[in-house]
Amino acid sequence: MFYRENGQFKSTYASDQQMLPILQDRVFMAGLLVVAFGVVPMLASDYLFLSLLIPFLILALAAIGLNLLVGYCGQISIGHAAFMAVGAYAAYNLVLHVPQLSFLVVLVLAGLIAAAVGMLFGIPSLRIKGLYLAVATLGAQFFMDWLFARVKWFTNYAHSGSVQTSPVELFGWTIDTPHEKYVFLLAVLILFTVIARNLVRGHIGRAWMAMRDMDVAAEVIGIRPVYAKLSAFAVSSFYVGVAGALWGFVHLGSWEPLAFNLTLSLNLLFMIIIGGMGSILGSFFGAAFIVVLPILLNQLPQMLGIPMSTAMVSHLEFMIFGALIVFFLIVEPHGLARLWAIGKEKLRLWPFPH
Amino acid sequence: MKAKLAMLAVSAAIAATGSTTVLAQAKEQFFPVLSYRTGAYAPNGIPFANGYVDYLKLVNARDGGINGVKITFEECETGYATDRGVECYERLKGKGPTGATAFHPLSTGITFAVTDKSFVDKIPIITFGYGRADSVDGTVFGWNFPLGGTYWDAADMLVQHIGKKEGGLDKLKGKKIALVYHDSPYGKEPIALLEERKKMHGYDLILLPVTHPGVEQKATWLQIRQQRPDYVFLWGWGVMNSTSIKEAVATGYPREKMYGVWWSGAEPDVTPAGDGAKGYNSLVFMAPAGMGQVHKDMVKHVYDKGQGTGKKEELGQVLYNRGMVGAMMTVEAVRRAQVKYGKKPLKGEEVRWGLENLSIDAAAIKKLGFEGFMAPISTSCVDHHGGSQAGIHTWDGKQWVIEKGTLLKADSTILKPMIRASAEKYAAEKKIVKRDCAKEAG
Repeated sequence: MFYRENGQFKSTYASDQQMLPILQDRVFMAGLLVVAFGVVPMLASDYLFLSLLIPFLILALAAIGLNLLVGYCGQISIGHAAFMAVGAYAAYNLVLHVPQLSFLVVLVLAGLIAAAVGMLFGIPSLRIKGLYLAVATLGAQFFMDWLFARVKWFTNYAHSGSVQTSPVELFGWTIDTPHEKYVFLLAVLILFTVIARNLVRGHIGRAWMAMRDMDVAAEVIGIRPVYAKLSAFAVSSFYVGVAGALWGFVHLGSWEPLAFNLTLSLNLLFMIIIGGMGSILGSFFGAAFIVVLPILLNQLPQMLGIPMSTAMVSHLEFMIFGALIVFFLIVEPHGLARLWAIGKEKLRLWPFPH
Repeated sequence: MKAKLAMLAVSAAIAATGSTTVLAQAKEQFFPVLSYRTGAYAPNGIPFANGYVDYLKLVNARDGGINGVKITFEECETGYATDRGVECYERLKGKGPTGATAFHPLSTGITFAVTDKSFVDKIPIITFGYGRADSVDGTVFGWNFPLGGTYWDAADMLVQHIGKKEGGLDKLKGKKIALVYHDSPYGKEPIALLEERKKMHGYDLILLPVTHPGVEQKATWLQIRQQRPDYVFLWGWGVMNSTSIKEAVATGYPREKMYGVWWSGAEPDVTPAGDGAKGYNSLVFMAPAGMGQVHKDMVKHVYDKGQGTGKKEELGQVLYNRGMVGAMMTVEAVRRAQVKYGKKPLKGEEVRWGLENLSIDAAAIKKLGFEGFMAPISTSCVDHHGGSQAGIHTWDGKQWVIEKGTLLKADSTILKPMIRASAEKYAAEKKIVKRDCAKEAG
């Protein structure tokens, strides 16, 4: 009844091309932003910020990056944590060796370095696809793990291989409280989301999708595979590299090469599979699912006042989490974003479905 | 069932969280417990956690708390994973009437991660026998307490020990020492010291990393077979330790030439290898295996009442005892701080004062029932580790036998400059203003 676009006419190109064509969506989005920027910082506790919201925001950014590559361009990668690591270590070394740089510049440069590395490891995608490509990107994961653990220069010769960073400073603003970190990350995430949203509906995104759906046909209609695939790798790695730098500097503060291991790569992949491949919104759902759910499950028995040993709780957490993944994939193989879309469709007809 | 009572105490604490006014008056000191009872490190994590928790229960049951202030505690499962450990830290740091007393991260990786946070949260991080070696320097690492020893101490002691065996440190020239280590901050910590000693004595150092969780070591031991090192230092944890010993048996490397760090010398490490583990040595500090007065109290006040966390037969194991010592030192720090701040629940900041003025001498150890289980320690604002000494014990196939007359102490002339340099570097990277201990004392 309320969610209907009747009577909303588009009389200019601009209004036809806007990101949220339906008024209700725009109102909802504005409301969401107000809540995210205004209400959440007032209500959330330190624990909520540091353990749930901050990891969620950063991993959502990484998931968007991976989704651009896997969901939109159809090139599987199980080495994206490696590109996060590249971003993180690049940022660390930039801050270390060129301390004059503003953190925003460092972030962009770290992203660009990750993009370059990502393109390098994307070259095999020109010849191989599917599972074979997945294995090739796995190579990136192991190579980067090895590089950052063994080549001492990257970690500034730290004797335990663990690096530390000082709090991020932007134009005299030191981002060190959980609240400030959240606001900063939220702003970065929104910026990158808007860019990604526009990329995928522009000609670049269309080229990626054509490549994903059928590469031969795409080539016939004039899309150059080299350009399409490598640009997808570059943009995706850029996003992930920025996320990696934020993960290291804003979330962890000090980290070891293990922080970016294969588990993280797989988690990123699960995020977009559960959230929805080829959907920006799905990246958010997926990140929330993977970040928040295990922690919630871990605390649930306690919240309900069920006495249970910590070992039992962790075993249950794994079992229920796994079962839920299977459940969601069976109910909706296209991910949570598809469920959301179905809900929206239903809402349009409500309360008078045909 | 055993865990039920522990959880009851926990849920009581949680139920109290609802009304802060009640809490402010409650005479309770909250102890967070980061443990791992699942995953690849559970065989070692469980006895330690049991010992730690049992001692807290004992203090409540026997003494009615610390000078009348009841201890409450809550466990959080980290699985030895850094990210979950940090989550647990965040979850527990604010609980109880005055927040967490002090954390024992029980993982060097988690220690590195939460060290950053300690400066803001003002909660001490106790890492006895692990953690950052440079955190001995209390002027930079204001909140870390590597009580009783670091990995640099341990590595230094081992080199001294084999030097003695060879008949002098100069005899080490040309010898080959292999370090089989867990490829994480934990395993990498001793490398700096071993490199430093290598420059002095001219031995060859072979570094053999083993990736988490350490069940795959065929390649590592193939290298040992090829290179035939004179000694193998083992820096493992969890299943990695027992796997290493089994591989040594398979490779035919003499177990007598193997020396583990104090975390690689407990019952769960050797028993899986069966008879093959006979002759394997490791450092031992803060609690060798065995039973003392405190165990009698434990049986009487906790286990006989059916409140024990683990099995009664496991009392007196190496890691169980170490867990108890860890809890004891924390409790004693609180007791020490109560002298200054009064017999009430204390904040982390106040507990730090207790940790910095902690002095557990031989008489106190005896009084606490820990005679023979730990060396005296005495800390200060500058020195957060309070002296370190260790012995060597050998597995005879049934139990750990302590080598008589071996008492190892790290050479501070080598360690001090290293600690200072490393701490300075940390302070520079993190832009930390150093504390002025002389001023704080006044």
